Amino acid sequence: MYVGDVRLPNMLHAALVRSVHAHARIREVDAQEARGLDGVVGVWTEREIKGRISPFPESFEIHPARWLEGVKPVLQGPRPTALAQGKVHYVGEPVAIVVAEDRARAEDAVDAVAIDYEELPVVADPEESLRPGAPLVHEGSTSNVVFCFSIGKGNVDQALGAAPYRLSERFRHHRYCAAPLECRGVLAWVEPKTNILTVWSSTQMPHLVRRQIAAQLGLPEEGVRVIAPDIGGGFGPKVFAYPEEMLVPFLALELGRPVKWIEDRSEHFISTAHGRDQLHDVEMAFDETGRILALRDRFLLDNGAYNPMGLTDAYNTAAHIQGPYKIPNLSVTGTCVSTNKVPNAPYRGAGRPEAVFVMERSIDIIAARLELDPATVRQRNLVQPEEMPYDAGILYRDGEPICYDSGNFPETLKRALEAADYDELRKRQREARKHGRYLGIGIGCYVEGTGVGSFEGAKVRIDSSGQLIIATGATGHGQGHETVYAQIAADLWGVSLDKVSLIEGDTASIPFGCGTFGSRSTVNVGSAIHGASTRLKEKVRRLAAHILEANPDDLELDRGKVFIRGMPQRSISFAELARAAVPGWASKLPEEMEPGLEAIFYFVPPTVTWANATHVAVIEVDVQTGAIKLLDYTVAHDAGRLINPLLVDGQIHGGVAQGIGAALYEEIVYDPNCQMLSGSFVNYLLPGSMEVPSIKTVHLQSPSPLNPLGVKGLGEGGAIAPPAAIANALADALLPLAARVNEIPLTPERVMEILARKEVNVEAGAV
Amino acid sequence: MKPAPFEYVAAESVEEALAALQQNNPDGKILAGGQSLLPLLNLRLTKPKLLVDLNGISGLDGIRETPEGLAIGAMTRQSKLEHSLLVRQRCPLLAEAIRYIGHVAIRHRGTIGGSLAHADPAAELPALALALDAKFAIAGRGTDRVISAEEFFLDFLTTALAPDEILRQIVFPIIRPSSGYALEEIARRHGDFAIAGVVVIVDLDDAGKIAEARVALFGLAPTPVRARQAERALVGRELDDRAMLDAAVLLEEVLEPPGDIRASSAYRKHAAAVLLSRALKRAVQVCHTRRIP
Amino acid sequence: MTAKYPIAITVNEKRYEAPAEPRMSLADFLRDQLGLTGTHLGCEQGICGSCTVLFNGETVRSCLLLAVQANGGVILTIEGLAARAEAGQPLHAIQQGFLETGGFQCGFCTPGFLMTAYELLNETSSPSEDEIRERLSGNLCRCTGYQNIVAAILWAAERLRRQASR
Repeated sequence: MYVGDVRLPNMLHAALVRSVHAHARIREVDAQEARGLDGVVGVWTEREIKGRISPFPESFEIHPARWLEGVKPVLQGPRPTALAQGKVHYVGEPVAIVVAEDRARAEDAVDAVAIDYEELPVVADPEESLRPGAPLVHEGSTSNVVFCFSIGKGNVDQALGAAPYRLSERFRHHRYCAAPLECRGVLAWVEPKTNILTVWSSTQMPHLVRRQIAAQLGLPEEGVRVIAPDIGGGFGPKVFAYPEEMLVPFLALELGRPVKWIEDRSEHFISTAHGRDQLHDVEMAFDETGRILALRDRFLLDNGAYNPMGLTDAYNTAAHIQGPYKIPNLSVTGTCVSTNKVPNAPYRGAGRPEAVFVMERSIDIIAARLELDPATVRQRNLVQPEEMPYDAGILYRDGEPICYDSGNFPETLKRALEAADYDELRKRQREARKHGRYLGIGIGCYVEGTGVGSFEGAKVRIDSSGQLIIATGATGHGQGHETVYAQIAADLWGVSLDKVSLIEGDTASIPFGCGTFGSRSTVNVGSAIHGASTRLKEKVRRLAAHILEANPDDLELDRGKVFIRGMPQRSISFAELARAAVPGWASKLPEEMEPGLEAIFYFVPPTVTWANATHVAVIEVDVQTGAIKLLDYTVAHDAGRLINPLLVDGQIHGGVAQGIGAALYEEIVYDPNCQMLSGSFVNYLLPGSMEVPSIKTVHLQSPSPLNPLGVKGLGEGGAIAPPAAIANALADALLPLAARVNEIPLTPERVMEILARKEVNVEAGAV
Repeated sequence: MKPAPFEYVAAESVEEALAALQQNNPDGKILAGGQSLLPLLNLRLTKPKLLVDLNGISGLDGIRETPEGLAIGAMTRQSKLEHSLLVRQRCPLLAEAIRYIGHVAIRHRGTIGGSLAHADPAAELPALALALDAKFAIAGRGTDRVISAEEFFLDFLTTALAPDEILRQIVFPIIRPSSGYALEEIARRHGDFAIAGVVVIVDLDDAGKIAEARVALFGLAPTPVRARQAERALVGRELDDRAMLDAAVLLEEVLEPPGDIRASSAYRKHAAAVLLSRALKRAVQVCHTRRIP
Repeated sequence: MTAKYPIAITVNEKRYEAPAEPRMSLADFLRDQLGLTGTHLGCEQGICGSCTVLFNGETVRSCLLLAVQANGGVILTIEGLAARAEAGQPLHAIQQGFLETGGFQCGFCTPGFLMTAYELLNETSSPSEDEIRERLSGNLCRCTGYQNIVAAILWAAERLRRQASR
């Protein structure tokens, strides 16, 4: 049941009036005609909500203090408001909200709202936004820079100066988006008996949304409940609170009736966050064997009009750019600028695909320059197993030093190449070239920090039927949490899967929660289930010992029963224990034992635990039309101990499909006035069943030492390497032409441009 | 997105439909398959006051063989054409072209008349109609008028149909059993609108030289285009690299394709030449195959 | 406001009567008037395929069909699929296939895929992987990368062939 499926009595429907200009002052909003239309209950503009809904919090509030101290970034993001106040900053920004008896009539009213805009000069390009005298997206700021940081290690200047070889490249990772099949949606009402403002939202973060609704509407948190029902895909953009999540509850309170807003697809493209959009200027020093000696990366991130997630993406890029390699000297500077586009926020991979694109393309450029096999150059740079755990020399975004805790990167590469039949592929490639056919093989290696904090909780309860009920603040949206957490719990308790139930995505079911994003749930929730189970088992033993008159150390737990070791007939079932723990006259609790069989544990990970993978893409390029056909795709990946291989493969397949979309098909296109040109599935091309090949997966498992289960995250992984691997495959196919493949998507037209340029990669200071 | 409000008439006859369109001229719109119209309605890109539904009119669909060719009712569903034995035998390129249109569920509702009347320049059927010199029977005031494909397609999404006229039937001349044919297009994904496309029908003489060539282009201009200069340049020649190059050059000279989010004008021009080459080669191959007794 | 038409249709072998404005899509009619929310809206442009149902025996995009056009028609939605299972089976083979192979994740696109697969397997009993991928090309999925969906359909085809041969 998705939020669009929830029906409440007397429900009203909302529709947004959204800005049609990218940058403009709002002179007047005339809603008179709209208000008078049949079936329309009301129209709210900035005037009606002024002072009643506070602005959204500062972006830096999401960054941990330790990181802020360690990195000392510049953070001066503007605070978005629920409705535009006086000015609009992107096409799609909410200006007013209409409520009517049905959605169609709400949209009729939206059409009837007349807005007088005074257009302002548009900031469309991130580099242009930095030029002195460029128009400012946000009034009152001194420049369009909103966030900025620098990190590094070693001495990059010296290393670059002394380098035998250097490369200097510009890479562009364009703007694209998550496009889940279910758009966003919010339904709110005041539950009549309890008076609790109950909000259903297609969100990955119900506790965060509750906190913000309470803060921004001036309500106590206990008076707000947020439920994330079934979510039709999240992938990142549903990870922060949006204006509609404030407006719809506000209206439910105002009107005393349930109010529902379901985003439609064309709204989605101009109001739900986009991702990526980074421009990198890279200098690298390397030696004649292909060993990388230094990396300097200066990059620009196009934030759009707002970035509610601060430096999450940009810093992830910096934290992951070294990949699984040893880079002795490093300098990364990231700058995020405002433009008049839709806000930019984390999308599956969240800054890592951009980093991997830079590093993996650079490695292939190095290989081409030195006429070495790209696999060989990687092998020479990889952190070796005997060097693990490896200190990468910089901080992660949780403020902790990055330490690759486990994994065998050369082994992952080796297994990927074996599974892809690399040597055979090279033979086929040589044969094909003789017949004028261009096959290409591209490799993409990465490491991924997974299981990030700050925490996740699990409440484990045994009910009177003996069922294990787990509640958590995680919010699955297709990952199969119901199965995975049941497996973990079933394993810990020695019961069958059907004896475990899961409740997630409901703030009423557990006091504190974080949410599902960043490849973190198996690590955090799994570990929390472990911690809660440890606590509860201890209580179960004590209660059973009391009832069975035995020593707790002599008791075993299995198949829903507690029994005395060696005397299985002296036992008591979980169901009986649960009933015994009910307070009152029938209670069998020992003195001083709290009633109920329940325990909560909040797992706070020490830091991220590192997964790694190698992707191998095989393409054929038609050099007359530029069309690329993806022939084969292999993934060897290590996400620690795997709980459910079928679900693991599903995550990898899905991630790779999204990466293929990014590499070949998907592109958010704005015109010079920041008008959306790719605002529907007609022009925003998601890969279909004919565009995504079968993917070979190889699983390696290096257990994590950082949590009791030894698990790592993998939700994002599949999406991280495909742009790099596919771009590398194209460059490899066109190796005789020394093609520059430094941006995606590789549309047929872009490929023809690459062929036309046939430039040799520019180098500086080469020996 | 929900459409702006409109009135609705489920016409039971062509006369009733015409009367409704005439009374509401020009605010009435025909609802045939709806696969092109409803997306526009849903985006509020068009806000007609009245929809005249032709789906209940019997006799507007059907495929008949006539001396002039296949007479196809305008309301014939694309999927019917795809699977029709008669079409596959008499006009195989039509059955083949249909398979490029969208996906199965779209073709179950989409009609040939709707596709032709919508006249998307990147669509296959208008180009095919042009290549085959199909004849369009239009019902309006008085008796039907019959015009050629060339007269039918006027401009971007614009045909010779007045707002109060209905396309009744299209006659597709058959493809001779000795002819070769091919459709080549570039689309980003399977089922997408073409960035550029070429339809070719060729006939060879006994010496294996081109006796007749018909070349229609789609996605390369505001309407489908017959490349008559290229056609004439091919007549009497063997299809070698030189002939294809000459034809391609002639194409490039006359074409000024549009540039849009899908492709630039330059890319389309280049693609046209590549596709023409490939289509000609394949059509000649088909010709040879079909001629083998 | 335009007048509402009375719509009488048979959905999943049950007869329904409810009013609809001409502009109401069949998808919205099924979801809002009849409470059959298994049919989903992902784009309202006919591209994503999440709204696919069977109308008079053929797959159609219910977002591109008006409710008034469906008057008198016969519709099969996802809610009616299990009733078409082999006797004694709680789910249709194609639904069981999706469970076996992990053919769905968030589930939003799944009803559309199931209806498309259902039609395919009614037309042909041994589709190849290529044929399956071609047929599915009109349905978009953002979660699975399609591989396990293809596996589900192959599984279901095999199951249906065995059922038929008994």
